[in-house]
Amino acid sequence: MDVTTMKAMTAAECQPLLSIKGLKTHFETRAGIVKAVDGVDIELGRGEILGLVGESGSGKSITGFSILGLIDPPGRIADGSITYDGRDLVSMGEEDRRQLRGNDIAMIFQDPSMTLNPVLRIDTQMIETVQAHANVSTAEARQRARDALVQVGIPSPDERLKTYPYELSGGMRQRVAIAIALINSPKLIIADEPTTALDVSIQGQIIHEVKKLCRKTGTALIWITHDLAVVAGLADRIAVMYAGRIVETGKTADLIERPLHPYTKGLIDSVPSHSTRGRRLHQIKGITPSLLNLPQGCAFRERCEKATKECLVAPKPTLLAGRLVRCWNPAL
Amino acid sequence: MPVFIINRLLQAIGVILVMSVLVFVGLYLIGDPTSMLVSPEATEIERQALRKALGLDQSIWIQYLTFLGNAAHGDFGRSFLTGQPALQLIVERMPATVELVVVAMTFALVVGVPLGILAGLRPKAPSSKAIMTGSILGFSLPNFWIGLMLIMLFAVYLGVLPASARGETVNIGGVALSIFTLDGWQHLALPALTLGMAKAALIIRVTRAATREVLPMDYIKFARAKGLRPSRILKVHLLKNILIPIVTVAGLEFGQAIAFAVVTESVFSWPGMGKLLIDSIITLDRPVVVAYLIMMVFFLVILNLVIDILYIAIDPSAGEKVRD
Repeated sequence: MDVTTMKAMTAAECQPLLSIKGLKTHFETRAGIVKAVDGVDIELGRGEILGLVGESGSGKSITGFSILGLIDPPGRIADGSITYDGRDLVSMGEEDRRQLRGNDIAMIFQDPSMTLNPVLRIDTQMIETVQAHANVSTAEARQRARDALVQVGIPSPDERLKTYPYELSGGMRQRVAIAIALINSPKLIIADEPTTALDVSIQGQIIHEVKKLCRKTGTALIWITHDLAVVAGLADRIAVMYAGRIVETGKTADLIERPLHPYTKGLIDSVPSHSTRGRRLHQIKGITPSLLNLPQGCAFRERCEKATKECLVAPKPTLLAGRLVRCWNPAL
Repeated sequence: MPVFIINRLLQAIGVILVMSVLVFVGLYLIGDPTSMLVSPEATEIERQALRKALGLDQSIWIQYLTFLGNAAHGDFGRSFLTGQPALQLIVERMPATVELVVVAMTFALVVGVPLGILAGLRPKAPSSKAIMTGSILGFSLPNFWIGLMLIMLFAVYLGVLPASARGETVNIGGVALSIFTLDGWQHLALPALTLGMAKAALIIRVTRAATREVLPMDYIKFARAKGLRPSRILKVHLLKNILIPIVTVAGLEFGQAIAFAVVTESVFSWPGMGKLLIDSIITLDRPVVVAYLIMMVFFLVILNLVIDILYIAIDPSAGEKVRD
């Protein structure tokens, strides 16, 4: 091996798996342009787990769907780039993108009672996922489907393969959906609130297992959630989204211990914990602004306790204590 | 499941009993069939003799009970007009109607489902708007008028297709069928098109509505996220889900057309059951009308049963609900 190929290899290894720059996903509605995602930057390394946290309507799910190219009209990616493994996903043709979906980048949806097709058997829905990307026999695809079910801890997989979704519990359905996401060994999984619709006990099991599987297979994961507590024990890094923008990104421990952005701080203070027992939980005042009519400057300005005149101008993301923060008055 | 089928059949018997009373009383009130059967110059004695021969001198309830007793043995009486057994008359006409309706419904599905999906996939495209406008015309224009226009165009002006009657038939297993001869198809074309166009218009609308309902579902998005080819999503994930409303409507329309294709059959002098029914009503040929309606109720109940079983085949969770 000569020096140049070695250099090229290290370059490829160092290159992030996913790099989103200035992503803007807008929806043109009759009432005006809804800027659901308005300038998002995300970098994700190979095998890294990122928690994407935000309230509903903050644009976190739309960011996820934008990566997969699953934004339907009237929505469209208005600006920015999404680079996956050195390839630009935004300008890529639909057929190339289809080949990446479910093969390189997989997705798990929120509501397991809605994601599986009610009139198709589990085996059909799994085998087709294999055969959409690899020219293999149905028998081999079925074997892979069986292996994937075993991997996510589903007992008696052969019988489960022959069932219809309505015959399975919610937790079991979500395991099947996760098995479908894992079946082609993707390099990246985008999980859009996959445990929100489940019981708390099953929630914990699923989070634990997904983390274990991602670590074992070296799969990168973007876990989208509104619940900071869920990703605290799961993610390597956390990105906090507010009104279509990422307001703070950093290593999980740092960000939770010492939030810099007032919004992040507000979120953390509103999570119940042992130290807050018996006391009133903190509440962020006000409501999420309408995406049609965002306040000028920093979108959080009107709800922020530390807002100053400077906040009338939108802050740029700045590197601070190893973190990127979009705030004029970070809590240092 | 068997309990479900038996329940349905018991229901059918109830419906048949109620309906036979209604038809019996209704036709009794309309008038005296003997006035249609004898010449106006006939004497009262001759009329009385005929009434006695047909059993019409008895009270309506005796007549009804006699009918029920005979019907239980499979005897639905004889036509007042021809003296042939009513059932035989109907069965003889059946292949012509079934043939016409099957061809018309096949046409409606083959045309209606793809056009409906197309209109559902791109609701704002000009082509979709054209399809929907066409379908409004299809089911708002009266059937007989479409039939007459087709006759004008193809039989009168162009002279390429015959305007009436059934074509040459071939006997297959004791059933006379015209779909195996060219002449048969030439005769079938216009009535089947007339009947099929109205049905296609309806199928287009049902398919479009179902497509619009299924497309935003999460499982379609998930299918895309799995990287399935668009053709697979369309032919398997979408089609299997929209099949449920389509089967319902197509099934009901099929039954409706078999039982009451009266207008189309009259316009094209198609020797089917609808034509028989209308002729029998005009001549107050009570045994034929009653036998006909009873057969149709029975047929429609069986058809509904078949539709329900099809449901379960398409969507097994529907079977779960039935069992509950």
